[in-house]
Amino acid sequence: MIMDKELAKKLLRQMMEIRQFEDMIMELLAKNIAEGGSHLYAGMEAVAAGVISMLKHDDYITSTHRGHGHAVAKDGDLKALMAEILGKKTGVCKGKGGSLHLADVSKGNLGANGIVAGSLGIATGAGLSMKLKKTGQIVVCFFGDGASNNGIFFECLNMASLWKLPVVYVCENNLYGMSVSVKRASAVEDLSKKALAFDIPSETVDGQDVLAVREAAGKWIEQARSGKGPSFIVANTYRYYGHSRSDTRAYRTREEEKFWRERDPIKIFSGRMEEQGVLTAEEIKEVEEFVAKEMEEAVDYAMKSPYPEPEELYTDLYV
Amino acid sequence: MREITYRQALNEALIEEMERDPDVFLLGEDIAVYGGAYGVTADLWKKYGDERVLDTPISENAIVGVGLGAALTGMRPVAEIMYIDFIGLCLEQLNNQVAKIRYMFGGKCTVPLTIRTEGGAGRTLGAHHSQSLESWLIHIPGIKVVMPATPYDAKGLLKSSIRENNPVVFIEHKMLYNAKGGVPEGEYTIPIGAAEIKREGSDVTLITYSKMLFACMEAANILEKEGISAEIVDLRTLLPMDMDTVIKSLEKTGRAAIVEEDCKTGGTGAEITAQIMEKAFDWLDGPVIRVAGEDVPMPKSPVLEKMAVPDVNKICAAARKLIKG
Ligand SMILES: Cc1ncc(C[n+]2csc(CCOP(=O)(O)OP(=O)(O)O)c2C)c(N)n1
Ligand SMILES: [Mg+2]
Repeated sequence: MIMDKELAKKLLRQMMEIRQFEDMIMELLAKNIAEGGSHLYAGMEAVAAGVISMLKHDDYITSTHRGHGHAVAKDGDLKALMAEILGKKTGVCKGKGGSLHLADVSKGNLGANGIVAGSLGIATGAGLSMKLKKTGQIVVCFFGDGASNNGIFFECLNMASLWKLPVVYVCENNLYGMSVSVKRASAVEDLSKKALAFDIPSETVDGQDVLAVREAAGKWIEQARSGKGPSFIVANTYRYYGHSRSDTRAYRTREEEKFWRERDPIKIFSGRMEEQGVLTAEEIKEVEEFVAKEMEEAVDYAMKSPYPEPEELYTDLYV
Repeated sequence: MREITYRQALNEALIEEMERDPDVFLLGEDIAVYGGAYGVTADLWKKYGDERVLDTPISENAIVGVGLGAALTGMRPVAEIMYIDFIGLCLEQLNNQVAKIRYMFGGKCTVPLTIRTEGGAGRTLGAHHSQSLESWLIHIPGIKVVMPATPYDAKGLLKSSIRENNPVVFIEHKMLYNAKGGVPEGEYTIPIGAAEIKREGSDVTLITYSKMLFACMEAANILEKEGISAEIVDLRTLLPMDMDTVIKSLEKTGRAAIVEEDCKTGGTGAEITAQIMEKAFDWLDGPVIRVAGEDVPMPKSPVLEKMAVPDVNKICAAARKLIKG
């Protein structure tokens, strides 16, 4: 399939935005400019970019504790996202949420979540709302392999199938939940089988291939939109960085990391676009430089932004 | 005496109890090769293997439920819930099953289960990783709730908790893991349910526990220079609560400030205040003051997070108010 140049640029830009965003956060963490912690999405870009690029602007997503990538891809404002992670007043949640709670409801992002599997209920409920209101919108629920072992996962899949809700469940299988491999945590290693118990159709895709992700997502999003109910996509992928700063990555080998880094989603896509003559090497470089500039501006904005005023401690608790 | 960290003290307690009793085993998320999110179970998996150090799936409700089942049938499990913020995910098992089963069964079973968890603010991790939820737990008859502040207390109390034949929720503080303190070599335990006077004084009693102990100690130094002598009661166990020690202190000082990190409304301090009213009203020279966390979810922003919890200034202000009216 020969691709439209603009679309190719857009996908590339989104993936590069996510990558550079995460590399930047890593740097800010190392310099103690960003406090606390962040779970970084680097390596998994093709999943967020692939799925979200198939959504309409007013479709919803729910995200995870590893939520920067989803937030960026869902029309994220890089400046406001960066400011949020630094806890600044100009952040997308006024500095009150932080990395673990990045959300932009106006853009259909119902939020990252500090609780693993914490957003499965939200996604399923949003699907119910879309169905009751007959809006034609759909919901994509992102979660990790680890989350698929939590009780609410099973409860929600059952309800979604029972009520034929327009929800696409996207399991980002990056092989580990923190330090515990899928093998050591899930009795069923082929996670797509978990959907079978609820009569939900499922598909496993190469999560490093943005076009493969788009193809699967497109199909299941359409099915959800046409009222045929939920679906389950397992995207096989990998996170490059440790789970958090203190993670020595003792549970995985450097060879395995190398294997996955060679399957880099950005390299795979840009290589293919060049090969197919959709984008030239120059054009790819231009996108990269454009994104680097965006990122510089975002960090500059975030760092120069003030912290919230003391009164903000008590606002927003109730309407 | 040698100095070790709170983390090391806990680690030692686990090793000693595992050596002492083959029925003791650990289960929880990322406690094996990772050694626990805050490193408390470091190297235990290497030492004891998969049978005694079990990495679990991310299934909090089952961790507690499985812990209960094992405890009822001859084992002595130590479960880890990574953050107390996740306690809601297992509150059903904890509240309805763990806490009540012995009573409901007419005393015909015991539940030697320890649930280790950690709480508190200070790392700007936001609303889902910074809470202090101990007051939820002291509302559950049938469990014990322990919250040590120093490495010495952490070790002695964890050993007692593991040996205890009732369920114990053992709450550590995420900002204390690297704090050092004197811990003797060799065996000792500290009884559950015993508070300790951490500093003697005569004018005002600061009643506290966990990390706030250190803010109180600092405040007491400042107050001393102003001529105010503060006595500090470290509760160490919240359920059962050692009110005798609190009352004895109030007999001396007549003034009480409770310093707690949890949200003020319905918080631990509310219970302490009520018990003081019931048991020590005659000793008081004025109203009890609570210096507590603000009634808001923990904000991410570092400036707001600092405001949301008590600090030395707020404690000093409370003590001055008690003295000067
Ligand atoms: C309910 C709950 N349990 C545990 C944690 C701690 N924790 C944060 S992320 C994580 C691993 C999640 O694994 P997975 O769902 O596979 O997502 P990934 O991090 O791999 O993207 C754990 C255990 C949490 N935040 N919430
Ligand atoms: Mg994972």
